[in-house]
Amino acid sequence: MSARIIEVEGIGKRYWLHGRTRGYRTLRDTVSDVAGKPAQWARAMFGGAKNPARKEEKAHFWALKDVSFDVGHGEVVGIIGRNGAGKSTLLKVLSRITEPTTGIAKVYGRVGSLLEVGTGFHPELTGRENIFLNGSILGMRKAEIERKFDEIVAFAEIEKFIDEPVKRYSSGMYMRLAFSVAAHLEPEVLFIDEVLAVGDAAFQKKCLGKMGSISRTGRTVLFVSHNMSAVQSLCTRVVWLNRGQVHEFGDTRAVVSRYLQTAARSASEESWPDPENAPGNDKVRLKRVAVLPFDDRPITVETPFRIEIEFWNLLERATLNTAVEIFNHEEICVFSSFSRPQEMTPGSVTAVCHVPGELLNDALYRIKVFLVRDAREQLLIRDSVNFEVHDVEREVAYFGKWTGVVRPALRWTVDAQPDGIESQRQSVTVER
Amino acid sequence: MTTNVNAAAMTAPRAIIRPSRGWVSLRLGEFWEFRELLYFFVWREVKVRYKQTAIGAAWAIIQPLFTMLIFSLFFGRLAKVPSDGIPYPVFSLSGTVIWTFFANGLSQSASSLVDNSNLISKIYFPRLIIPVASVLSGLVDFAIGFMLLVVFMIGNGIHPTGRIIWLPAFVLLALASALGAGLWLSALNVEFRDVRYVVPFLVQLWMFATPVAYPSSLLHEPWRTVYALNPLAGAVEGFRWALVGTKYTPGSMFVVSAVMAAAALLSGAFYFRRMEKTFADLI
Ligand SMILES: Nc1ncnc2c1ncn2[C@@H]1O[C@H](COP(=O)(O)OP(=O)(O)OP(=O)(O)O)[C@@H](O)[C@H]1O
Ligand SMILES: [Mg+2]
Repeated sequence: MSARIIEVEGIGKRYWLHGRTRGYRTLRDTVSDVAGKPAQWARAMFGGAKNPARKEEKAHFWALKDVSFDVGHGEVVGIIGRNGAGKSTLLKVLSRITEPTTGIAKVYGRVGSLLEVGTGFHPELTGRENIFLNGSILGMRKAEIERKFDEIVAFAEIEKFIDEPVKRYSSGMYMRLAFSVAAHLEPEVLFIDEVLAVGDAAFQKKCLGKMGSISRTGRTVLFVSHNMSAVQSLCTRVVWLNRGQVHEFGDTRAVVSRYLQTAARSASEESWPDPENAPGNDKVRLKRVAVLPFDDRPITVETPFRIEIEFWNLLERATLNTAVEIFNHEEICVFSSFSRPQEMTPGSVTAVCHVPGELLNDALYRIKVFLVRDAREQLLIRDSVNFEVHDVEREVAYFGKWTGVVRPALRWTVDAQPDGIESQRQSVTVER
Repeated sequence: MTTNVNAAAMTAPRAIIRPSRGWVSLRLGEFWEFRELLYFFVWREVKVRYKQTAIGAAWAIIQPLFTMLIFSLFFGRLAKVPSDGIPYPVFSLSGTVIWTFFANGLSQSASSLVDNSNLISKIYFPRLIIPVASVLSGLVDFAIGFMLLVVFMIGNGIHPTGRIIWLPAFVLLALASALGAGLWLSALNVEFRDVRYVVPFLVQLWMFATPVAYPSSLLHEPWRTVYALNPLAGAVEGFRWALVGTKYTPGSMFVVSAVMAAAALLSGAFYFRRMEKTFADLI
């Protein structure tokens, strides 16, 4: 933790929105926008996103704003924040995938970045071929890949299938191979974005183990995650981003605990009064997502609550249904549930999911909303509100954290046998 | 080890990240550093192309062969188009082989960025590698087509002369033209998606303007030299001249075409580099 290896000073990133809200520009748009004005024509063509044609001039927003921090050699720094806070954007800027709009950052070491596992994997190519291709894409030299080849295959546990095209792999095998290649990167500085949030629990555990061992080899790691327990066990310091700005930067325990408190307090409701700016597309648009307690008191482990999802259906006659996935702060999906598909005409729709009490443990949860057509086409997926389930006073004198992902109230029968009878039974057994 | 890194940290950063403005350098040094990745991209494209198609490499023969047959029938037999003193099938096949290399290189590099959008938004590398790899991967198809041509030459009793040493220069001319146009189009395609519809049309018109099925000797000087403003005119004529041995040596055509190809390549590369910073955001 001596010399600085990453210095970030006043980094800002502005995105133009025309690409997202209006679809890609077509030549016709540009031609009609700037018709008869060759100078503007030229500007549209040569200026790129910096000088989009007139009217769109204001449609921008800052995904990062004046972000400054530095990282010492060998440190593991976590980056946390809500959805859309700018975490991925920060990693993209630091790994030079996209340019910042303002500011300067210096990196004093060979960088490897892992914003996704399996980037560049081609389904037609074999496992062996993909290892070389993907390794090279991630910045390994051919000689280095050859040297580590056996290790990569062994870690992924796919020895038998190494010469099969990866399109024949199960998704688990595919993920294992992809992660295994990435795990054998040896840069001085490593940027990792949420890649651990994939695969099954056992595999996640293995990945976290590997991450831990990477960080112990003295490499510097910047690590984006929603998984607070992973952040707490791996990181020394944490950058908390909020709406593109550094909200707090410091010691992991302190920052994470304040982050969790704020996340819990933050509204369990998100709404978009204006359909134009609501998340969605030309088929459906979200209007409101809310988590509401049974009465006016906070949601506890005992009380039922409901999840309300309102959206605009813009489709003429479509069979739609709504689904939710509930994630805890370790990014484990606690349960998922969906409504029965129903035929609908254009208009506003309110779907309510009733969650019984005595199901969830006390923790912070996040809701992922899905709007689905014909029970298979996902029209919209959105990470939405957080909510907290509070603990209640217990009858039992145990004050530690109740373990387990869920906390159902289950019926128990306890059959206690006084000593005498017990020994009689035993004697019966012996007689036989 | 640690001390090494620290010592390095004291001196110069490996990467300085800040906004760039206006025209930027081509950074060919960095391109060279990533040559292994270029190799892997070319390798991937070739592999995937031959794996995905049912008859694989046969396409590289069928395409020029049938084009040549159609040309020979309609232009050679029916329209009696002259062919600079060589048998018309060899004449048109030689034109077709080098033209196909150019046309495929152009179309593939034009869509290459959009086809690789996932890589561009997730990984850092000099973006120039992508269109360059697309054009280079066409060399394999070209080599196969070239062998077909050699078979036809032998069948027609045509032997190459000492001029053949110039052959690589004309292949390079076609390559530079394809890449020059490909760089422009691929960068434009990121922002203007309808470039995809422009390309096939452009390739078709360009072919009519190129002496594939007819000789440029139909034109008289100075128009012949003017005609070479289309760099493919020089490339196709030169390719034929070096390999099959057409009668004239249209030297001025070669010079004009070479200058045009170089201009297309340089302007394309600088335009590409200028637009590069927006790729990851728009793609
Ligand atoms: N290419 C782009 N063009 C326009 N806006 C973009 C682009 N990429 C990201 N954004 C926007 O920038 C904001 C920050 O996005 P970013 O992906 O960095 O968030 P994040 O913190 O990684 O969120 P998550 O936790 O969901 O991954 C978001 O509002 C997003 O919609
Ligand atoms: Mg992200």
